Amino acid sequence: MDNKEIQSTKESSSGGLNLRLDRRKFLVFTGVTAVGLAVGLQGCKDDESPMQPDGSIDLGTGDIGVLNYAYALEQLEAAFYIKVMENPYSGMNNNEMTILSEIRDHEIAHRDFFKAAIPAGSRIPELEVNFSSIDFSNRQTVLETARTFEDLGVSAYNGAGYLLENETYLGLAGKIVSVEARHASAIRDLLQPGTAYYAGDDVILAGGLDGQKKPSEVLALASSFISSKVTAINLP
Amino acid sequence: MKLENLVTDIQSKVEDSNKSRRDMIGDIGKMGLSAALAAIPFGLATITNPRQVKAQGSGVIDILNFALTLEYLEDEFYRKGVESGIFSGSELIVMQQISKHEKAHVDLLKGAISGAEGTPVSKPTFDFTAGGAFGDVFSNPQTFMALAQAFEDTGVRAYKGQAGGLLGTDVLTVALQIHSVEARHAAQIRKMRGDKGWITNADFSSLPSATAPIYAGENNVMQGGVDVTTITTVSRDRVTEAFDEPLSMQEVLNIASLFLA
Repeated sequence: MDNKEIQSTKESSSGGLNLRLDRRKFLVFTGVTAVGLAVGLQGCKDDESPMQPDGSIDLGTGDIGVLNYAYALEQLEAAFYIKVMENPYSGMNNNEMTILSEIRDHEIAHRDFFKAAIPAGSRIPELEVNFSSIDFSNRQTVLETARTFEDLGVSAYNGAGYLLENETYLGLAGKIVSVEARHASAIRDLLQPGTAYYAGDDVILAGGLDGQKKPSEVLALASSFISSKVTAINLP
Repeated sequence: MKLENLVTDIQSKVEDSNKSRRDMIGDIGKMGLSAALAAIPFGLATITNPRQVKAQGSGVIDILNFALTLEYLEDEFYRKGVESGIFSGSELIVMQQISKHEKAHVDLLKGAISGAEGTPVSKPTFDFTAGGAFGDVFSNPQTFMALAQAFEDTGVRAYKGQAGGLLGTDVLTVALQIHSVEARHAAQIRKMRGDKGWITNADFSSLPSATAPIYAGENNVMQGGVDVTTITTVSRDRVTEAFDEPLSMQEVLNIASLFLA
């Protein structure tokens, strides 16, 4: 295990969803924001701040809104797997530990990527999650929740692609969604190994098509796991 | 349109300052598989700007016919695999589910192309032995599964590479819905072969080294102009796994052409 892996393993789910930024990291983030702008991300005016007068967080409009939407989902997924690996369920075997810790790291990478790519003025804040309904000591509950998050993530990216106007962002969403689908397949195989469940008829529609959901549908399903009030009033 | 015509059509659209790749495609039938695969990286290196394909007229119908060609390949491959009798039990169940999806993708894409007033490309004649290199593909489950992994991981990259060309069209969502199903298949086949469900760096893992072109570029860590390794705590290996990479239409056709009779 190298140092970076040790750091990510130690990353706490109790202190917000991100590591504190030291000076070096701050400089890196600043540089990245400039790069983000260079590839076409637009800064935002004051009236486009995600923070609403009533304290809720709106994802925003257009491509920025979709990127914030993805950032919100990746925050949720990363926080979930961090907690899973901080409190491994009883009987977690080595294979499961490897799969779940690697998925955790993928979700952290996705989360950190969106944080770096979305200009600070337009970016939603770190979300407060609420996993009180999840019994992290129970294998079945943890894996079923993971399956729900992965299938939801796949359908969210599939359903949001058409909202993007920028080809670079669409390409980035495509790079991430297939990894989420690989996760969904792996988690489903842990739940029902040696069956068709990895791409089961419960989730793959007629035509051999995976799911696709609108942001409003996804937020409705995800909201029970997010304490922060998140709205998508400018997205379908 | 036949696949050979599609290949030629697309090749003619790619600004090509050397003839090596075009010659290579024509020569593949006469070459051994490993020699043909070995030639591919050199060919790919000459494609400096994949966007030129699109810029010079590759439209939505062309993209859908490209996808249909890959689905024809996968559909026939899995149908023959299921019918071969080399699988039983849980392995057979997995293959039957993939076969069902690939058949559905063929039907769906044909309908979409016709619906858009295009003409579906006719089904090519495939040679899944690739000129004899995989002679036991339908008698040895290990060979079949290795090829299945190669096809699925290629398929994921192929759809991903065409998403931009479908931007703003009403078939984008359907293409994405197929894309993620192929990724589910890929992860399951990889797992059954003892590999991880995701691709680390550009590793062809337990596949023959001749499949390296299928994984070329998967070690990329630059996303949207950001070196992701500099802004996250997770290791470089995990970063490369976290982002799947696209292949251009030409790159995919170079790979698929090995399996044309």
